[in-house]
Amino acid sequence: MPDELVSLTIDDVQVSVPKGTLLIEAAKQAGVLVPHYCYHPGLPVAGVCRMCLVDVEKQPKLSIACATQVADGMVVRTQSDQAKKARQSVLEFLLINHPLDCPICDQAGECELQDFVFQEGRAGTRYTEYSKRFNPVEDFGPDVLYVPNRCILCTRCVRFMEDVAKEPVLNVSERGDRAFIGIHPESRLDHPWAGNVVDLCPVGSLLSKDFLHKARAWELDKTASICTGCSQGCNVTLDTREDVVVRVRPRPNLDVNRYFMCDHGRAHYRWMNRGDRIEAPLIRHGGELRATDWDEALDRSREILKGARGAAVALVSPRASTEALFLARRALAAFEWTGAFQVVVGDEAPLAGVPNLALRAERAPNGKGAELLGYTRAYAAAVTAAQSAAVVLVLDDPDAVVKTDGALIYLGTVLPPVAREAAVALPIANVAEEEGTFVNRDGRVQRYFQAKPAPGMARPGWWALGELLPEAERPASAADAFTQLAAAEPAFAGLSYGQLGFAGARTTRGAGAGAGVPA
Amino acid sequence: MGYPHKPHPKETAVLSKHFGDAEARSYKGWVKRGGYEAWKQAQAMTPAAIIEELKNSGLRGRGGAGFPTGLKWSFMPKEKKKPHYLCVNADESEPGTFKDREIMRWTPHQLLEGTAIAMRAIQAEVGYIYVRGEFTEPFAIMAQALDEAYKAGILGDLKIYLVRGAGAYICGEETALMNSIEGKRGNPRIKPPFPAAAGVFGLPTTINNVETLAAVPHILKNGAAWYKAMCLSNPKSTGTKLFSVCGQVQKPGNYEVTMGFPLKDLIYGMAGGVPRGRTLKACIPGGSSVPILNREETESCLLDYEGCVEKGTMLGSGGVIVFDDSADMVYQIMRLARFYAHESCAQCTQCREGTAWTTKILQRILAGQGKSTDLDLLLDLSENMTGKTICVLSDSCAAPVVSGIKKFRGEFEEYLAGRRRPVVAA
Repeated sequence: MPDELVSLTIDDVQVSVPKGTLLIEAAKQAGVLVPHYCYHPGLPVAGVCRMCLVDVEKQPKLSIACATQVADGMVVRTQSDQAKKARQSVLEFLLINHPLDCPICDQAGECELQDFVFQEGRAGTRYTEYSKRFNPVEDFGPDVLYVPNRCILCTRCVRFMEDVAKEPVLNVSERGDRAFIGIHPESRLDHPWAGNVVDLCPVGSLLSKDFLHKARAWELDKTASICTGCSQGCNVTLDTREDVVVRVRPRPNLDVNRYFMCDHGRAHYRWMNRGDRIEAPLIRHGGELRATDWDEALDRSREILKGARGAAVALVSPRASTEALFLARRALAAFEWTGAFQVVVGDEAPLAGVPNLALRAERAPNGKGAELLGYTRAYAAAVTAAQSAAVVLVLDDPDAVVKTDGALIYLGTVLPPVAREAAVALPIANVAEEEGTFVNRDGRVQRYFQAKPAPGMARPGWWALGELLPEAERPASAADAFTQLAAAEPAFAGLSYGQLGFAGARTTRGAGAGAGVPA
Repeated sequence: MGYPHKPHPKETAVLSKHFGDAEARSYKGWVKRGGYEAWKQAQAMTPAAIIEELKNSGLRGRGGAGFPTGLKWSFMPKEKKKPHYLCVNADESEPGTFKDREIMRWTPHQLLEGTAIAMRAIQAEVGYIYVRGEFTEPFAIMAQALDEAYKAGILGDLKIYLVRGAGAYICGEETALMNSIEGKRGNPRIKPPFPAAAGVFGLPTTINNVETLAAVPHILKNGAAWYKAMCLSNPKSTGTKLFSVCGQVQKPGNYEVTMGFPLKDLIYGMAGGVPRGRTLKACIPGGSSVPILNREETESCLLDYEGCVEKGTMLGSGGVIVFDDSADMVYQIMRLARFYAHESCAQCTQCREGTAWTTKILQRILAGQGKSTDLDLLLDLSENMTGKTICVLSDSCAAPVVSGIKKFRGEFEEYLAGRRRPVVAA
């Protein structure tokens, strides 16, 4: 049943929104961002910062947009003199105890207090003659520092721990202007999802120790990506500074991770910056691997595939892109094929307040994609089969231990022992250096984008594998590879790379697989 | 001077009739004085009939807002789908107010009887009496009375619990009180939803002040018309009201008068006026949260809801704070602001920061370091603190500041000009 729609006017823009919508959300649809601090769409409404005061016609007092539901015919003004003065006064009140240590604050540049003060605050302060509230920095948890002096008491962190993580270790302690965020004296902020409080903090009061003083916000480039930490497929943003990944933050996707990501995923990015990479294709000359160019390496690979007959085994990483996995199989189409992958397993850590969101035990972003393409978890059997196979292809699986009488083609980012047995070793890009898709555990195909260049001559896996196909079939881009995949694989039927966009879409076959997922 | 003082001839002792009469505290003593007759009467009435009687009596909330009690009760869902609750606000913390304390100290059964009747009217099965933490003696007396009432079986199936506050002024705000009962931090909630829809534990709740409920048995017993007839001025304000007179008067204490009684007679007649040799300077008629009156306004103010509004203040809780000409109004206003700064729950920005900032400016003025722009700044901050927050604590801090500067500007200016000896206030 469609929701009943309510029409209202916000700053002279007419919008129709479902009944029960909050004014602050309706305003977004009218293209109006009502300044706010305590409100967050992923948290229960608190209505405490009083920043989102707006003028609602026929109301005697200003209303807070975050706690006012829309009504038919409502006329809202965010820019009336009264509303502007009220918000300006909130900013002034917030600043009297705020240290204005922006030059040394990690939040500077992405600070909502800076932004809104710049947008509509007073030019000068009327609070000059008093010292400001001081409390020392507190070590809240493994990756969270609390700087109480910068705190504006919006209580987002408190509400996250209480209502989303369901581990209420934070509170507001004390009263009046002495108030600060307190932590249970016998607890640490070490919940597996605790790092979200740092993202939620609108100012630089809760800081990530990992990111501390690493970069100024304006030095960062941001790229949409998918977390590789587990099979949940949380949407993330990779923050890079000078082509180095320095931070991973959640990217909102209401169907997957809402506004959150776990600490495991958050901390899981250093490998993307590894320096010990294969930077050139390598081919075997007698007992050693020698660097060469792509033409020679690809020619040698094609010769191997052309000259061999019989069985082929592919040992692949569940972190490889769906496109690479697809093309790896296609490149071995002439053989009697076995494909397998292995998955690292860890502890599962659900986020209690969000259905179907957890750090999953399977630490693999694309295990589902591999499965849909016919790869199995019978990894040991595949390793055994590899001994007598004519061709063994290892795709970014550095932990593979394989002995074979046939030819070994290795594609990877680094040079592990297995690569030293290879006839050809091809350098490929990692997830931050290419674009592609992963399929999460619920069968949702999601795109990730290129955040930084690949080192040396490394190329995306889909490209290297595509080059092994007959010339007419070689994809020109990741999009092209996906189009081929969607045409060839029934599970991906009907999906287009462009339509996946930033939010992704469900596979037809995967749809039935995600147990307990709301439709 | 004994306490409580003997009733003044001009008092209308209804609620306070048995103040000072220790025997009235016991169940037997109370029954002997006609207690629980109204409750028996109520049990024979339908809830709707009780509410109708209350509406007709014109009784209005005695906690400060003056909302018609019968109307408030009628907001509870008619068709009962969930458990209903009654909260009794005995967290009397408004500076200058000490009437509920005396009701509980001397006539605990009066409150229990009113509570029982109210619970029947709103169809509540559970009632919480939330007693201010510092009220150790009233709490013990209430506990004993409750025990006696249960032993006597008079309360039937009603479950009434005493809850003790922990010393926060803000827990007297109705929704903060409910949070406190639930074991949470006493923070006021955003409204709507109002308590009648979602109150304590998220269920339909009515909350009434002690004095309001204490009046209920008398209304049932003597009839709405009797109560309504007790009116000296505006017909919208009926019945009697306890006024706690304190400050610079000769006979501080609680005085019960009919609505519309002149404030002048209360101060000069009953409370004995200001100390000898002094003259009246100012008065806060309704507890610390209402605007201050100057002498002329005080002497012409009639004590009912409308009479106070006419003078630009409010009847509030009936805590009458009297200042004579020795009072330093700047200091007094600073003390009030400091109280609010201390008690702000810290939720709303304007209140958390504004009450403290206001206090600092006032302290600076007192210390002789004020600036010529300070009064305008104080007035502007007060405006920014009024009508913009979840509850009215912030407004309450602004009210004495604004009215104080308006009416006693000269005293502020003397400090600013360096003509008064600085006061260092901790």
